[in-house]
Amino acid sequence: MSATALPASPARSRADFVRRLLANRSFVIGAALFSIVALVAVFADWLAPFDPLRGNFRTRMLAPNAVNWLGTDHFGRDILSRVMFGARISLAIGLVVTLITGVLGTLIGAVAGYMRSLDGPIMRLMDAFMAFPPIILAIAISAALGGSAINVAIALAIAATPHTARVVRASVLVVREMEYVDAARSLGVSHARILLRHVMPNAMAPLIVRLTYVFAVAILNEAVLSYIGVGPPPPAPTFGSIVANGRDFIIDAPWITIAPGLAIIVTVLGLNLLGDGLRDALDPRMGVGPR
Amino acid sequence: MLSFIIRRAAASIPVLLLVSLITFGLLWLVPGDPAAILLDASATPEALERVRRELGLDQPFLVRMGQWYWRILHGDLGNSLLLNRSVASAIVERLPVTLSLTALAFVFAALVGIAAGVTAAVRHGRAADQSVMMLALLGLSIPEFWLGLVLIWGLAVGAGLFPAGGYVPFSENPVEWARHVALPAFTLACVQMGFIARMTRSSMLEVLGQDFIRTARAKGLPESTLVMQHGLANAMVPVVTVMGIMVGGLLGNAVVTEQVFAIPGVGRLIIGAVLSRDFPVIQGGLLYLALIYLVVNLIVDVLYAVIDPRVRLG
Repeated sequence: MSATALPASPARSRADFVRRLLANRSFVIGAALFSIVALVAVFADWLAPFDPLRGNFRTRMLAPNAVNWLGTDHFGRDILSRVMFGARISLAIGLVVTLITGVLGTLIGAVAGYMRSLDGPIMRLMDAFMAFPPIILAIAISAALGGSAINVAIALAIAATPHTARVVRASVLVVREMEYVDAARSLGVSHARILLRHVMPNAMAPLIVRLTYVFAVAILNEAVLSYIGVGPPPPAPTFGSIVANGRDFIIDAPWITIAPGLAIIVTVLGLNLLGDGLRDALDPRMGVGPR
Repeated sequence: MLSFIIRRAAASIPVLLLVSLITFGLLWLVPGDPAAILLDASATPEALERVRRELGLDQPFLVRMGQWYWRILHGDLGNSLLLNRSVASAIVERLPVTLSLTALAFVFAALVGIAAGVTAAVRHGRAADQSVMMLALLGLSIPEFWLGLVLIWGLAVGAGLFPAGGYVPFSENPVEWARHVALPAFTLACVQMGFIARMTRSSMLEVLGQDFIRTARAKGLPESTLVMQHGLANAMVPVVTVMGIMVGGLLGNAVVTEQVFAIPGVGRLIIGAVLSRDFPVIQGGLLYLALIYLVVNLIVDVLYAVIDPRVRLG
């Protein structure tokens, strides 16, 4: 019993963590699914059999066949190629949303959690943002800014930031009470240095888990924005805009709608599994997941 | 108890002020002249001037903000630029549609989600647990609008079981109302179902692992009483809190679902306004949805204090 109570060395605990991750089925399956989608997105130029933007009158609305594996749309564009290139834009937006949310959420959450006097006002503002349904907030902001890939990313990031800031604040509140933070303070270490060197590294775990879910929700919500018509402008394909294209032909050509939807499910499921696996490996008692 | 309610309600006033400030700030995000974006390049200077006056853009910022607060305190959300009527009346007229859809989805999600979560917790680690958790995760990963389209394709158009869209008010014909809202409500409930199932399961597992459950089992209580009365009653506390937050998700996704199923609710009004840049309607819609969310969460917090006295005393 006494041996387990000894503190593990950092290198040792990191190796343990990696071993726990690789033994976690959710993480492995999620990482595999997401990697496939990410590789397709990166190598779409080589993998896609056709130009995703080039229409052809003779191949309009073909059902899935030997040449067009997932069929074609009403302009005769190859659905498989469009989904592959759609993955590129959708994942890029998801990644940018995750980065912006990570930076803003960390900044806001760390300041609110560490500086008591600013905590109240900052968190009331976050509460106010969270009173709006996130997707509606994103739709309204995207509509105000005007639809472009970067504006969509900004809108989705604004909608995702308050919850992320709250997660960071919660873990900063715990870590700041630790004895080693008191020790650093009594040695006269500056606030900025305490926050950056001692508090943040130990408060990162919930943030990392949260960000995988932010990525997943960003993919879903980007699709919603594109579907509604406030996403990146056509003809560039995103998952959501391909579904929107298929909407009017759902009876005659359901494959246009179904294929991109399945691509969204694979991507988001992969990210959610990845997040669940990370959560279990980092701390089995941390929350229940996305949204 | 009353003092708790008053304290809790007072705490939401600054949030409410900030909510309306954010809504007001939306117009400020628009690059360039909102009036010019709303009309188009061919608009006459007089028309532009009229819209600017309508949006209050001819006034200094602080004056506009003061007027905005003054107006919404009087329940006046301004006039729609396109519908030729007041924003408040347009929203209030459509509110019952959205609320009935959301309420039905809420009931679906809560019943199925809690039942699934309890089943998974009781059968922890076995096949039932794993399949429930897989389904819940799938529910969280499906885009709602896509699920709606697929259900329309399969069950409405294909099998002819449901109408493909539209709406009949409950007061007019309850049976037709149910037929029209069944698919949208199920679509809307799917994500939240998964969420509640996961939440209920983890909360249940925690409670079932505690000493008083072992004691109850040791004194020979039947397993069903144990799970339902001792387990679920205690496991519901965090689940109820999440349900308040869930209302926000449901209202947000209702907007999208209404669009897919052509249901004339607040959501369609907002999306229509978004596409035509009718900013007063967008702002009014946002404000209403946020207000509903805050009221629901106020109620949830009060319920929470009723269930757990530590909350109101702490």
